[in-house]
Amino acid sequence: MSNTTSEIGEFDAEATSPEQKTRSRAAQFVFWGLLLAFLAAAPFFLYPVFVMQLLCFALFAAAFNLLIGFTGLLSFGHAAFFGGAAYIAGHVLKVWGFPPILGIVSGMLFAAALGWVVGALAIRRQGIYFAMITLALAQIVYFFALQMPFTGGEDGLQGIPRGHLLGIFDLNDPFAMYYFVAAIFLVGFLAIYRIIHSPFGQVLQAIRENEPRALSLGYNVDRFKLLAFVLSAALAGLAGSTKAMVFQFASLTDAHWQMSGEVILMTLLGGMGTIFGPVVGAFIVVTLQHVLSGIGSWVQVVIGATFIACVLLFRRGIVGEIARLLRISSL
Amino acid sequence: MDPMIRLILAQGMLGLNNGVFYAMLSLGLAVIFGLLNVVNFAHGALYMLGAFLALILYSYLGTWIGMADLHIGFWPTLILAPILVACFGMLIERFLLRRLYKLDPIYSLLLTFGVTLVLQGVFINFFNASGTPYPGMPESLKGVTNLGFMMFPKYRLFVIVFSIIVCLAVWFMIERTRIGARLRAGTENPELVKAFGINVPLMVMLTFGFGTGLAGLAGVLAAPIYSVSPLMGANLIIVIFAVVVIGGMGSIMGAVVTGFALGLVEGVTKVFYAPAANTVIFLLMVIVLLVRPSGLFGRQG
Repeated sequence: MSNTTSEIGEFDAEATSPEQKTRSRAAQFVFWGLLLAFLAAAPFFLYPVFVMQLLCFALFAAAFNLLIGFTGLLSFGHAAFFGGAAYIAGHVLKVWGFPPILGIVSGMLFAAALGWVVGALAIRRQGIYFAMITLALAQIVYFFALQMPFTGGEDGLQGIPRGHLLGIFDLNDPFAMYYFVAAIFLVGFLAIYRIIHSPFGQVLQAIRENEPRALSLGYNVDRFKLLAFVLSAALAGLAGSTKAMVFQFASLTDAHWQMSGEVILMTLLGGMGTIFGPVVGAFIVVTLQHVLSGIGSWVQVVIGATFIACVLLFRRGIVGEIARLLRISSL
Repeated sequence: MDPMIRLILAQGMLGLNNGVFYAMLSLGLAVIFGLLNVVNFAHGALYMLGAFLALILYSYLGTWIGMADLHIGFWPTLILAPILVACFGMLIERFLLRRLYKLDPIYSLLLTFGVTLVLQGVFINFFNASGTPYPGMPESLKGVTNLGFMMFPKYRLFVIVFSIIVCLAVWFMIERTRIGARLRAGTENPELVKAFGINVPLMVMLTFGFGTGLAGLAGVLAAPIYSVSPLMGANLIIVIFAVVVIGGMGSIMGAVVTGFALGLVEGVTKVFYAPAANTVIFLLMVIVLLVRPSGLFGRQG
């Protein structure tokens, strides 16, 4: 990428004072508390399928953020992993009769493999070309989804069974399904949290900040980028497979480039390079889509206008702005 | 003539017809990218806007202003619509994009993506999402002409010839005239050009207008061929991105040649394996990335 100042996930790099550390801890504590309280209580006052949808998209956005926020790579093709995994999970659950967990893992593995291929090709170019390549490659996946016999073409893959978790819990019960999805979300989200705070994650952030310097320090930058891409794709696949099970349905919408755009918006709105931002962004965008579903395709205009507003006025995102107000470096 | 060769030539001509649009759109993208370092995602939407302006000027405007008999025909539209699209583009540049030049170029990509969604959404609301045919094709271009190996619609032949002329004119203007020299100098070193007393922000705005005007022109040319639909630019822009990755955005001629060539390849693929016609350009992009990552005409490095 060129040496223009990157604002993605940019924070004060100055040494943090003990006071700031305490504030940072407290803020993270509050966000974790809010998230866990929401997860536990949500199905009692919100429609469970809606909350499950929120969680799937929150995980999708958090997975995407691993790439844009913490590695500085803009993928414009993440719908391919989300949608692709949804189809694969749907197929193995429905046609091959896989149990739920194995079905979800299958979708995730497919997304990881696909991510490896797409990532290996896309990291051969940088910056803006990276975005265009991922978009074009995702379009191949879309055409496959449209033309392959098992995907159901325009109709999508319908009637995916939820089955019994471990042979015991009937996932057709909305509450059982909800807590299953909440557990998947937590596992995925914790994995992302762990990756970001690992030495590996620190190298990713070094690449985001200054790729030539990371290279000169002896890091094999391409390998780090590729691994980050595969991890992000796999987690996006986890979200996609789960969504297919929740709605018992995998469709072309999940693999369309517009979905790739929506996940970018969620992350941007919540705050690129923040931990909780994508979750907040996904909640807002999905809720907005529900509330505005009555106005038809004006929703698209609203989404587009939000995009423009975010890019022009609000590049830190909601959580990024909160972090700035509290003068802390990570939230 | 051997029927197979005849078929390949025929599909090649139709492919070349698509190549026209690839060439004109990637040309506009390359012109904009050269000076502004912006990849204009809205290019497809502005192409769509051009086509809709043609439709509106012919079919709707008269009714809207209370003169039901008013139909602004194809020829005036060919000049009018690109100018209107260029003005719209310049507004986007002046009021939105200009605020982002100091930032990472992905922000301008995201901004123009937002513009795309807004434009698409607005047109889906007011027009049929599945497309409306453009009724204003000029009489003189109706019918077919004999090319020796096939009967080819006159209009499509006109589009191919006309756009080759346009592309060559743009190339000449940028590479061989004084205005073009300033443009290229601005690409190389905007600070120095500013020091020579050239109004660089104005030049940037006009360049963006010019690039988007080309998209509008392509849209007008497309209107009589394809049905005018709000989504006509959306799928095209992704193909154009692949074309741009294959050709590299470094050279004007490279963008044009790659555009025409890939249209041709796509057409000929239809002869051999039709289902792959949608994806052949993307697969070629994969091969180019493996063999020559900087693109066929891109600067190495």
